Amino acid sequence: MHSNRLGWWLLAPTLLVLFLFGAVPFFYVVWLSFHQWNPFAVNPEIIYTGADNFRRLVFDSGFLASLGVTVAFVVFAVLTELIVGYLLATAFMKDFPGKAIFRTIHTLPLIMAPIIVGSIWKLMTTPSIGIIPHLLDEWIGYDLNIGQSALAAFTVTVIMDVWHWTPLVTLTLIAALVSLPADPFEQAQIDGAGKRQIFWHITLPMIAPAVVATVFIRLMDALRTVDEVLMLTGGGPGSATRYLGVHIFKEVFPKTNYGYGSAISVIVLYLTIVVCWLLYVGMLAPRTKK
Amino acid sequence: MKKGNPWLRTLFWIFISFLTLFPIYWLFVISVKPAVDLFSTPDIILKSAYWQNYVDVWTDRTLRGYMLNSLIISSGNALLCTGLGFFACYALTRFDLGGKESIFFWTITNRMAPPAVFLLPLFLLMTQVYRVGDFTLLDTRIGMILVYCTFNLPFAIWTLRPTLDGIPRELDEAAYVDGASSWKVISEVVFPLCRPGLAVTLILTWVFAWNEYLLAATLTNFNARTLTTGLSEYVTTTGTEWGIMAAISVFTLIPALIVFTMVQRHIVTGLTFGAVKG
Repeated sequence: MHSNRLGWWLLAPTLLVLFLFGAVPFFYVVWLSFHQWNPFAVNPEIIYTGADNFRRLVFDSGFLASLGVTVAFVVFAVLTELIVGYLLATAFMKDFPGKAIFRTIHTLPLIMAPIIVGSIWKLMTTPSIGIIPHLLDEWIGYDLNIGQSALAAFTVTVIMDVWHWTPLVTLTLIAALVSLPADPFEQAQIDGAGKRQIFWHITLPMIAPAVVATVFIRLMDALRTVDEVLMLTGGGPGSATRYLGVHIFKEVFPKTNYGYGSAISVIVLYLTIVVCWLLYVGMLAPRTKK
Repeated sequence: MKKGNPWLRTLFWIFISFLTLFPIYWLFVISVKPAVDLFSTPDIILKSAYWQNYVDVWTDRTLRGYMLNSLIISSGNALLCTGLGFFACYALTRFDLGGKESIFFWTITNRMAPPAVFLLPLFLLMTQVYRVGDFTLLDTRIGMILVYCTFNLPFAIWTLRPTLDGIPRELDEAAYVDGASSWKVISEVVFPLCRPGLAVTLILTWVFAWNEYLLAATLTNFNARTLTTGLSEYVTTTGTEWGIMAAISVFTLIPALIVFTMVQRHIVTGLTFGAVKG
């Protein structure tokens, strides 16, 4: 076509910005993770220490605890969202009065800032202010205190994530269900297949690519949950809700051990890349097979 | 649920909608209660509204500064990302650039990375490396506008590319044949056709920037603090002022709600990297 030089000029500002604020920080943090650097200590030099930071990380109980609760959080939240989202999506497949309005209301949480979601759930669940502890106490005499009970805090963060993100699962699955052809279902009904058989042998295999894509998008987002948890529980009580992002936020800056902080960041990034890679494979492999 | 009365389904969805809306309603309830009433028995139905919390937030000079910062940063960032994204997508769709698919994919990986990972390197770069004399990017509006590009620029490129792909190249060609300059082709032929796509991109990037908290919390101290960080300040100071916190939350929420009504259908497409058309 026309001179490619113009094309590069149009692309240049984008590449420059993403290079300075995306690529450089990435290589910088990887480089730092192999060094020891505490600018406020007696020895403020940057010293190459090889893989020492990573060796230390393997025995860091704080980091391992954070990793553990993160995995639990991600599994519980994403699984619940998937099941609830699928049920709601099938409920949307039939016509009923007011469908468009309900769909709009259901989409609403998606646009809300995570920190506002955190603030809302803090107001809902803080003892003596929140309505949930009040009602639980009145109805079944259960004392919900997210500031003291680790299990309660963990459960509330999962519920908060489910409230925030289930709509995304619902809407992606609606898109998948709408595009299904009717023939196999009619045929199966003629052949006398039960509802459960139809679900396992026809619906599920046909919507599998959409389910896989949704799961990994949610996994990736759940892995980087920070704002709402920081707001709701601050990572506590203890380290019950100290998910990886929260751990980085709380650990790196106050401790000023920048080399070690970088190593934590790199490991978290590595874990996310693995998930991203699975996302890429999961999304593209089923599509290219067809 | 499957075969029954459609009104039963409506009833079911009224219940689901209640679950969605009640927490938001509760935020509003707390925001219009005087502090003394908060610790009495929670009332679900409002008997009277007390607007002082909103007045307090609106007249607080610090918070107004934060609001202004949020407005400038998100508007500046949305304009920058949409503009750069438009030019980048024009380049990616109209020119035969070597490795352009890899470039495209690389831009997206910037959005996939968790922002928490980049807190430390960005903080160090912005205090020590990206500086002109005494001027550093830390705690400046321009710094935040640029930092937010890491997640919003890939998003803009991702959402604008199908729009530009959808505009027939024959239109460009015809204009070139008529002797138009490249700039004329972009501004008078392609740009007007992209307007709907650009509007959606502008609005969504604006909301993402407005909603951002983590980077703002670590990369600003005072001058460029945003409303979301202001919110967290009200929680950590000795004893939370619940009414004020709720009122700030409502202030932060309103623009997003307005935007929501405009681009509802595009939100899902945006949040799933285009994997699903909403």
